Amino acid sequence: MTRDTDEGDDGDESDGEPRGSEEPSPGVPQAGRDEQPSIFVPDDGEPKEATGAGGRTATDERPATDGGVKSATGGSDSTELDPDAYDPVDVFPGGDLDLREGADSCYKCTSCDTSCPVAEVDEEFPGPKFQGPEQWRLKRKGDHDIDPSIDSCSNCMRCDDACPSSVPLSQMHNEARGQFVEEQMEKLSLEYVRNRVLANYHTSAQLASVFPRTSSFVMNFGPVRWGMEKVLGIPKERDFPEFATETFREWWKARGGAQVENPDKRVAYFHGCYSNYNTPEVGKAMVRVYEQFGYEVMVPPQKCSGTPMFANGMLKDARRHAETNVENLIEAIGAGADVIASCTSCSLSLRQEYPELFDIHGIEDVSEHTYEALEYLRIHEDLDGALDGSTLATEQSFAYHAPCHARNQGLSRQAVETFRDVDGVNMEDVGDSCSGISGTYGWKEEKYEKSMKIGEEMFEHMEDAEGDVGMTECPTCAMQMEHGTGYEIKHPLQLLEETVVA
Amino acid sequence: MAIDSDVLVVGGGLAAITSAIAAAREGSDVRLVSHKSSTLRQASGLIDALGYVPAVEPAKPLREGPPTAGRELDRDEWPDPEGPLSDPFEAIERLPETHPYQIVGVDALRDGLDLFDELVGDAYRGGHTDRNALLPTFGGSVKPTARYPAAAEAGLASDDRPTLIVGFRSLTEYDARAFAGRLAAAGVPFDVAGAEVEFAEAFRADTKVTRVAKALDHDEEIDGTPAREALAKAVSPHLHDVVDEAGGVDRVERVGFPAFLGDQHGEAVRAELADRLGADVFEIPMGPPSLPGLRLEDRLYDALDAEGVRFETGNPVVGIETETDGRIESVSVSKKGRETPYGADAFVLATGGLVGKGLDSDRDGVRERAFDLHVEQPADRYEWFVDDAFGDQPYARFGVRPDERGRPLDANGAVQYANVFAAGGVVGGADIAREKSASGVSLATGIVAGRQAATEAKQ
Repeated sequence: MTRDTDEGDDGDESDGEPRGSEEPSPGVPQAGRDEQPSIFVPDDGEPKEATGAGGRTATDERPATDGGVKSATGGSDSTELDPDAYDPVDVFPGGDLDLREGADSCYKCTSCDTSCPVAEVDEEFPGPKFQGPEQWRLKRKGDHDIDPSIDSCSNCMRCDDACPSSVPLSQMHNEARGQFVEEQMEKLSLEYVRNRVLANYHTSAQLASVFPRTSSFVMNFGPVRWGMEKVLGIPKERDFPEFATETFREWWKARGGAQVENPDKRVAYFHGCYSNYNTPEVGKAMVRVYEQFGYEVMVPPQKCSGTPMFANGMLKDARRHAETNVENLIEAIGAGADVIASCTSCSLSLRQEYPELFDIHGIEDVSEHTYEALEYLRIHEDLDGALDGSTLATEQSFAYHAPCHARNQGLSRQAVETFRDVDGVNMEDVGDSCSGISGTYGWKEEKYEKSMKIGEEMFEHMEDAEGDVGMTECPTCAMQMEHGTGYEIKHPLQLLEETVVA
Repeated sequence: MAIDSDVLVVGGGLAAITSAIAAAREGSDVRLVSHKSSTLRQASGLIDALGYVPAVEPAKPLREGPPTAGRELDRDEWPDPEGPLSDPFEAIERLPETHPYQIVGVDALRDGLDLFDELVGDAYRGGHTDRNALLPTFGGSVKPTARYPAAAEAGLASDDRPTLIVGFRSLTEYDARAFAGRLAAAGVPFDVAGAEVEFAEAFRADTKVTRVAKALDHDEEIDGTPAREALAKAVSPHLHDVVDEAGGVDRVERVGFPAFLGDQHGEAVRAELADRLGADVFEIPMGPPSLPGLRLEDRLYDALDAEGVRFETGNPVVGIETETDGRIESVSVSKKGRETPYGADAFVLATGGLVGKGLDSDRDGVRERAFDLHVEQPADRYEWFVDDAFGDQPYARFGVRPDERGRPLDANGAVQYANVFAAGGVVGGADIAREKSASGVSLATGIVAGRQAATEAKQ
């Protein structure tokens, strides 16, 4: 190592302005998870400006450099340097996500691989370190297809939480999967059709809800299920969720909307598809609990959060839904509301995947104003005080499973901690394993066994736990818990309703 | 409204967990926040206290003027370190005065190890004595360590029973024959051979160790044979591979595997293999990805739960939110960009050093990232290191400098915040890599920081 020539000869580092404030520090991702501006490949035919508007275009501010004399990231004063000394690499063709710094932050410790529930049961799956930074680098050459194994990633996003260097792994997975589906997957294949159907649960649920009882029956009718497995590859072992006879939104309308008006305490409820069509009791619990705490609840028009679409690489569908969601949620935020989701995947999507993948006006604001329902109350209300002295009428033990997506938001222990000291409640954490269903993943015939194998540890721990009622924030984790153990599964909001709403 | 507790511990590794439990046992209501999954999963699972006392002065005086890094002329010369030490405790007085062991005292190390022994129970060995154990490591060397997993027990280097080391062709980072050769060259008192076996051939070359561990945990069928049986069958033909000095063949009495013999059910996996092989079975601790580290993490987080400590992982502490009269009142936790205040009466900083990312560095200096505490360092970046890679590297001792209660000091030696206590890698003064003291420093400073934070919170 020799002294850098541009430092001056005297070695006095205090000369000039302190550079530290602007200069990227080595080894620390400048554009890692939290700072990453991102632009998803737009819909075909859409002008580039439409997505790049307001954001930076790829090449103007930060010239890509490779082997530059000063720092690999260009740095703030790269304009002073001789451009001839650089070997520019065009890493951003067509508005691609610039994940280079994220990829460079990976030092291959393999923490992500050891946290991957799929790699644990499937030796054919090369793991997040390959799917993320390594594949990203391979793709820079242009002539590399995305490895089809990307399809085996369940999008649990545990790798994000495991990475000590904040490499944006799930963002890389999402981008690669989107590209794979877009460019390499046969659009007429049954797999594509099946995945599209699964990803667009919002649409099927909407249809099914027109005749909920019939739908619940037909969807679980033996011969129909046999046909679905044969034709679409939807495993017949799984029971389709029941459709509610009254959706959450129907209930909301029937009760005349908000019962509390309070311009100082407003929340916009993002119920997502599942609480609306399948478990409206979770949505009702949310409304009753928040009204108990004096909040005015708003229920803006909304579509799917995009979680199942990301997981199936259907980024265009996700973007279309995101546009509606952002537009309506921004309006609510403008009216003073924070956004509350009862599903941890919905909240994660709005908070993290939205700004990472899409450049829609207001999307950052939506991200910053979004919370999970219990989290919000823990921050803004004296929840412990409210629960102090409350009791659950009939004593009950719960086997609580923290969804992977809750883990990424730092919420994996909140239910246990909230209810630990409540009389009549015994809350037991069944450990940090993944349930294995990962939304639509376990709903695919070829993934079913894998999904159940991943879930095995959770099933065992649930059986070992005292309670025979399960608890989790995630609707598909709940499906898997019920499928594996036969337990009834509740959402923490329902327990909160039973304990604090008199 | 802030999320409040008596004591807030920032960090998720061994020091953070130790201080959280120490504070909880003093009656404090404790919360632990850590940015990412615990770095314990990258650790070998060995608990070192002090293996060596390295020299802090070169063998001959340094030349005049600034060091000349990277140039071959006039290199520094450093004497060999003292060690491997058999007794880590008696050697502490020979460490520099600024070493955390000297600051918090030898009893802190004893208390820290006692607490660790209690938390891990029969999963660990070594608590019966003050003396270091010698264990073979992943690199084929022998390392002095204070505590080691029960799974590694049969592999003690002081044991003279003939030993077979097993490797797998698909596990590219680990060569059993080279490993055995290095052990023999290190002069271990037993005959040793290495063998590569076929078991893992059923898996593809880049199969994760967690996959193999899971297959053994559940005794999955590998090409029609249960995994444990298949592994034993693969190893059996090599039980007579060891040749002693006289040229005679010994049947091995113990077999060492890379550390992937199960995750949840490791004991059962080892027992079945031992039974089938007619030899003791042990694991050799590996670098990351580390099953022994993951198992320790599970165990210690279960202990946190049992002690009533609240913990959350996934969001970083990014700064001080409010302070009055030289005390921090609340800190900011960044939740996907949105900052939420966390308040406490006392704080423990256990975010790690340069590797753990509790410290950050660039051309201008080294900083402590969460609270921006003072980090002592030479002004000239070229004095951060010396020529000899194995010399006394100043950067190795970078970190906050605490008083005897664990409170970080400012540049003038005054306590920076009356209610902040530091533990683990973020504390400077130790050269943990050369000393083999990382875990011990975490335990000793962790227990002091935790107890003192609890005392502070009570007032």
